[in-house]
Amino acid sequence: MTLDYAIFLISAAVAVFGATMMIMQRNPVASVLYLILSLVAQAVVYVQLGALFLGAILIVVYAGAILVLFLFVIMLLNLRSNPELSASLPPLGWFTKVAVPVLMVVELYFVVDRVIWPPVPTGIVGKNPDFGSVETVATMMFTDYMYPLQLTGVLLLVAVVGAVVIARRESAEPRKTTASPDNRNEQPIDTVAG
Amino acid sequence: MLEMILITAVKVFMVLSAVLTACAYSTYLERKVVAHMQHRVGPLYAGPYGLLQPLADAVKLAFKEDLVPDNVERVTYALAPVASFVPAILIFAVVPFSNGFTWFGYDIPGVISDLNIGVLYIFAMTSLGVYGIVLAGWSSPSKYSMMGAIRSSAQMISYEISYGLSIIGILIIGNTLSLTEIVAQQAAESWVFFGNWYIVKQPLGFLLYITCAIAETNRAPFDLPEAESELVGGYHTEYSSMRFSMFFIAEYAYMLGVAAVGATLFLGGWNGPFLPPVIWFLIKVFLFMFLYIWLRATFPRFRYDQLMQFGWKVLFPLAIANTMGTAVWVVLSGQ
Amino acid sequence: MKEIFKALGNVVIKMPQGFYVTFKHLFKKPVTLDYPRKKKPMAPRYRGKHYLERYDDGTERCVCCGLCAAACPADAIYMEPEETEKGERKARVYEINLLRCIFCGFCEEACPEEAIFLGQEYEFSADDRNKFIWTKEDMLVPHPRKDNPFKKILRRVRKVYGTPEATR
Repeated sequence: MTLDYAIFLISAAVAVFGATMMIMQRNPVASVLYLILSLVAQAVVYVQLGALFLGAILIVVYAGAILVLFLFVIMLLNLRSNPELSASLPPLGWFTKVAVPVLMVVELYFVVDRVIWPPVPTGIVGKNPDFGSVETVATMMFTDYMYPLQLTGVLLLVAVVGAVVIARRESAEPRKTTASPDNRNEQPIDTVAG
Repeated sequence: MLEMILITAVKVFMVLSAVLTACAYSTYLERKVVAHMQHRVGPLYAGPYGLLQPLADAVKLAFKEDLVPDNVERVTYALAPVASFVPAILIFAVVPFSNGFTWFGYDIPGVISDLNIGVLYIFAMTSLGVYGIVLAGWSSPSKYSMMGAIRSSAQMISYEISYGLSIIGILIIGNTLSLTEIVAQQAAESWVFFGNWYIVKQPLGFLLYITCAIAETNRAPFDLPEAESELVGGYHTEYSSMRFSMFFIAEYAYMLGVAAVGATLFLGGWNGPFLPPVIWFLIKVFLFMFLYIWLRATFPRFRYDQLMQFGWKVLFPLAIANTMGTAVWVVLSGQ
Repeated sequence: MKEIFKALGNVVIKMPQGFYVTFKHLFKKPVTLDYPRKKKPMAPRYRGKHYLERYDDGTERCVCCGLCAAACPADAIYMEPEETEKGERKARVYEINLLRCIFCGFCEEACPEEAIFLGQEYEFSADDRNKFIWTKEDMLVPHPRKDNPFKKILRRVRKVYGTPEATR
């Protein structure tokens, strides 16, 4: 058992543990923390495969930005652990609780089964030096996957515009609060982050 | 193999001790400089010119009682100082502090780990730094901590984009993500030793970098998360003893890390004439630290809405304009 | 757009001005004093802690006339007279309550014998309220004293108010 193998096993176990604990928490902040743990472990797996870029991006984008946003929202709404979650579920709830994971596992199996994997030469560590490098990812992104990338961009833009519209509709109606004339020009920018 | 591990271990130890000492003496520098800018004298009694003051502070903090308030979320409360401290220290793993030495017949590179995505690694670490603050604020049963944490997360999300975009210009020109290569690109070619430094090619990027870096490290005038006059101590209000000092060290380690990265990216790293590379590197880091302190002594704190307006309406468009302008310039000049 | 240009203008013009101000002050002499070690010389007419003068041979000037207590607007002075062997009047008890005293200096002006003065000393904090009541022993200057730093003040006082009639 080489060191690489041991590191892979540990980080993979930590990633699975983090993901499992994440969905089992009643406390939303603890959920987010376990998700971060899982993401960091996944980043370790990426780095071990030689895909340093992907590992770093995973931490920068997910752990560094998106989950901070999650935490921000959780803290802003001040969600503590929710005792209602411990109440017994109705039968339909139990059905979805079982059916959805089963469906996902089946779907995952077909995806993994149908995708033609490139043959990995030896060992766990990818020997191809270009694997996961900035050039490879960028080339793929701006040639083969140009269309999906742009579509994703449009989708995100629509989501942001939608979020702004939802957030603004409230303030378009006349407020009950006493707004002083001095505050009229100040727009709450921070509510749109994302 | 064993030698490499040993060499790396020695290097890690040296860099770590240097960083921690520098953190301690940054507090001294800050107190002295701010004091003199305000016609005061600063620490004076511990040792000659108060030079032992950081040591005295450390001893005092270490011997204080570790108070844990009621109703804290215990795990996150204990985790927060560590989560704030570790990424700050980890930044220094990829910062090249010298061009390398030869010790006992071994060629030793002047960097702990020459990661080929060093810049991204640094961004990963700086972006993880917010968790310490957020967790501290969330786990403390205090509205001041909570306010500090919420401010901090909003501020860091806002400024991180501009922070990342501010150095994209360098990446476009340099065509690399490795800090060692970026330093090598800034080597002197003629008697104008700073001619190749990226501050010459990217003056706007440099300004943006400094501004966003100060905001990222929660320093004045962007120190809203710990605004003493409104939030007592912000996120670390409920902390005492060594846990507080870990937040304190983390803040200064962040400043030092950001200063070291700024010196590496914009001021040519260890490049410079006459003096040894390490000395040049330290001089540049010192200049950055002095700027931090100078800024703190000069300008008052932003108001919260001003901070957000500035981040999204000024810094962000400027950073995008800088990136696009650099890209156009690189294409047109055919590099 | 306007905000961006304003910000850039501030960076180029306004911020260097601010930086220049603080940098200029970096090299100025600090105005603070290393207080417990060095003390600021007080003004000659500063009204600090009271002291009771003596004649050159060591006898007390105070004759316990009570004019100072009468002049005191804060009613801080208490005294009881007694008679010396020579049959002269002197103070057996002479107390000033610091917690009442407002350091106006009226006692100094009222004194016909040039016996009480307000000195230069201003450090008299204490941890007990009783310590704020100064007795005669606290205030009398030591008899064989090497120099009299208050001669100058005395001279100035005589110039203003004239020499007292009472001489020995």
